[in-house]
Amino acid sequence: MNYDERLQNVSVLGAAGKMGSGILLLTAVEMADLSLKPENKGKTFCLNAIDVSPQGLAGLMKYLKVQVQKIAEKKTVMLREIYADRADLIENECIINEYVFDVMNIVRPVTTIESAYDSNLIFEAIVENRDLKTRLFSQINENNKNKPYFFTNTSSVPIHTLDEGAKLDGRVLGFHFYNPPAVQKLVELISLENNSAEMTEFAKAFAKNLRKIIVPSNDKAGFIGNGHFMRDALHGIHEVERLSKEMPYAEALYIINKVSQDFLVRPMGIFQLIDYVGVDVVKFIMEVMNPYLPDEDLHSDLLDKLFEMGVKGGQNSNGSQKDGILKYERGNPVAVFDPETKAYVDISGFKEKCDEKLGPLPGSWKPWKAVNFSRGKKEEMLKTIFTETNKMETLGAELAKAYNAKSNEIGNYLVSSGVAHNVEDVNTVMMTGFFHAYGPVNKYLK
Amino acid sequence: MKKLRRKVYMAAGYNTVSLGTGRKEFNPKKERPGLEHYIKEAGQGTLKQIGGGKNVDEGAIGNFMASRFNKQGHLAGFIPMIDEDLQYKPCIRTEGACASGALSLASGIKSVLAETADVVLSLGVEVQNSMKAIYGADVLAGAGWFKNRKSGHAFFFPGQFSDRAGAYYEKYGMEYARSGMRQWFVNAIENARLCPTAQEYENKVPDLAGLYDKMTPNGKSFVDNLNVLDCSKVSDAASAIAILSEEGLERCGIPKSEAVEVISIAQVERNITNDPPDRTELTAIKKAVKQALEMAGITKDDLATIEVHDCFSIAGILTTEALGFAKPGKGAQFVADRNTARDGKIPMNTTGGLIGWGHPTGGTGVHQAVTIWEQLTGKAGEAQIKIPKDRPYGMTINMGGDDVTVVAIVYKRGDL
Ligand SMILES: NC(=O)c1ccc[n+]([C@@H]2O[C@H](COP(=O)([O-])OP(=O)(O)OC[C@H]3O[C@@H](n4cnc5c(N)ncnc54)[C@H](O)[C@@H]3O)[C@@H](O)[C@H]2O)c1
Repeated sequence: MNYDERLQNVSVLGAAGKMGSGILLLTAVEMADLSLKPENKGKTFCLNAIDVSPQGLAGLMKYLKVQVQKIAEKKTVMLREIYADRADLIENECIINEYVFDVMNIVRPVTTIESAYDSNLIFEAIVENRDLKTRLFSQINENNKNKPYFFTNTSSVPIHTLDEGAKLDGRVLGFHFYNPPAVQKLVELISLENNSAEMTEFAKAFAKNLRKIIVPSNDKAGFIGNGHFMRDALHGIHEVERLSKEMPYAEALYIINKVSQDFLVRPMGIFQLIDYVGVDVVKFIMEVMNPYLPDEDLHSDLLDKLFEMGVKGGQNSNGSQKDGILKYERGNPVAVFDPETKAYVDISGFKEKCDEKLGPLPGSWKPWKAVNFSRGKKEEMLKTIFTETNKMETLGAELAKAYNAKSNEIGNYLVSSGVAHNVEDVNTVMMTGFFHAYGPVNKYLK
Repeated sequence: MKKLRRKVYMAAGYNTVSLGTGRKEFNPKKERPGLEHYIKEAGQGTLKQIGGGKNVDEGAIGNFMASRFNKQGHLAGFIPMIDEDLQYKPCIRTEGACASGALSLASGIKSVLAETADVVLSLGVEVQNSMKAIYGADVLAGAGWFKNRKSGHAFFFPGQFSDRAGAYYEKYGMEYARSGMRQWFVNAIENARLCPTAQEYENKVPDLAGLYDKMTPNGKSFVDNLNVLDCSKVSDAASAIAILSEEGLERCGIPKSEAVEVISIAQVERNITNDPPDRTELTAIKKAVKQALEMAGITKDDLATIEVHDCFSIAGILTTEALGFAKPGKGAQFVADRNTARDGKIPMNTTGGLIGWGHPTGGTGVHQAVTIWEQLTGKAGEAQIKIPKDRPYGMTINMGGDDVTVVAIVYKRGDL
């Protein structure tokens, strides 16, 4: 089965979810582009958007239409060539509309898993539940004669347990997109030893056509991205717990959030990142990873407590940040949730005092945005800022150095424990998947 | 016609802001003023200077494609909306693609010459940020022959002028050509920075030439031979000016020193179903310029400043050649040597032109006339250039389509 044949019948499980909808969009566009190639004329391409939620699927179709239209508007120059032989399509608008129709026409939104029985490729992005994933894979595999490939988007379930549980004979790999899949450039590719070379080659070709950057990761719980993020988050939480012995909890949390954002020149503080991903999701990923890590305890009482109190974070449907560990106004943290009093404490009440305690940022300091997008000057800027930080002995500088040392240690551990092939891969994941300006394994801070 | 049979003047020009990318107040996601707003603002801006609508005999409005950009036809009907005293007066809408504005001027000039009017309110308007550029390209393609649309580029007009640029590169060298086009762009922005209504007024890029060089033309995302800086802007704007006889000037109380006299006008039409005979030449512009200069009894060397139709930088270069300032192939050099800059031998587009001030397609012809009126009567503010005593003439060249409809007008201050 060649690449085009493989993509003639595909199913996405959980297509209405956050990740599933993006995966569906990218796959639909890739399939439509194949269907429009002259050599594929007359062939039917079929993409099943499978989800248990009918409402979700209705929303998905709306999302698809809007997104495909935007994509078409950006590649109209090319589309005019593709439709050159269609005398009835003259203006850009007709051509864009036709393309939107051609993409939508491939997608079949359905709530029944049986549709996947004819597929050659199954993308899975349902809820993070190992047993459910295993059950669906097994059911499809038993009823599908095509020996389909299973590409799972799981963030934390070891792939080999899915392979063994569903008896897939190595026809499963981790194809781990980042959120949102349509935007994020990174895909972590988690292959198993018993994967066929043909399947891995297909996965790479597919990622390349989607213009994604592939980082190979080994089949160890959490892979690279969450392997770093979860441990980095725990370090932040432990630092807060340590500092709260000497100061109020809310102030300690503010301090660590600020250090992990400003002093480390990261896109957001660690607690804002937890809120962004969702307190519930982070807690859940830790729970899934923990059983596979005998020498570690990847778990936080604080997250459990917050979760029980309904403090969850995550995003509103318009993409804005929901309140969680922090409370937000126009995307900026303005208060810290205190689990003791079960109320938010305004940051403005203690900001000045805490900033004074932390000490000033280095004189050469610039925010993440200015550094990360400073084309060509990034390294020099980072070097200047961190050389200055290294010479400082303020609380802020000391916490930043300790934080970076921990991040470094996690990065190296991911390599030594066999999750990542090398530190470059770890750095690539953090820079492309988490938008860090520099990788965790660095020589900037001492 | 060898000479205008009656004296015709223009005065009381007014430009709205040219709104679009570049202006701080422009937000593509927010609702913006519509056609009515622009027509009213520009019309009233002129009426205020000539004693109101009661002094006006006729109205003319140039507009290219409101029928598609705004789903609105029948624009003449908006002229009486400007002022109660315009109700029931004769009005006309003119269309000749991007030369629609100058056709409105031509219509007014002809009415004055025909003695059916002593004061004509001439307007030009386009509101084209109503759609994304990729769809706007469909609308603007209407300035070409629709039978060529299918084989044309997604960005049809940039595609046409990219082909012209390509032909010029092939004949005279790409790097050489782009050195002139780059300077054309730099002049446009530097001039626009001096004119508060210009779309690029707030442009603060320190190294314009450097920016231009960074943006290599890329046929995959745009067209083969032009970058976006080579192109005029997508603009919402209107301009207005009064066209008057001597009696009209008197009626409105405007001294001749505050007006410009129209010395000559040439209007040329090239068959739209033919490709240009030579892509490195603007033959219709050449013809119109020659006629206008001959009728005025002057040569190009008597001109103090010219507003040329630089919908694309390459059109600017080719126009300097059509004007005779440079031999074929030497236009790029002429511009690169800063001869068309505001302190050069023959300043062109002193408020930024279509690339710097903006290009509200159907409004541009009138905007050009307003700029020349301002320069010749000393009303150009910070953008004012010196008008030499021995070269007191100004000229506008407004082009519709790919060198299809062209109007060239020669002006001089009314009391000289
Ligand atoms: N959200 C992230 O940032 C992120 C990033 C990378 C990977 N992931 C992984 O992607 C997967 C999906 O995560 P998400 O955030 O998109 O979750 P989500 O809750 O947004 O989406 C899950 C979807 O699966 C559907 N679903 C549930 N049970 C189903 C079933 N039996 N059959 C068909 N559909 C079913 C749900 O209706 C929902 O639409 C998880 O494995 C997660 O770990 C998530």
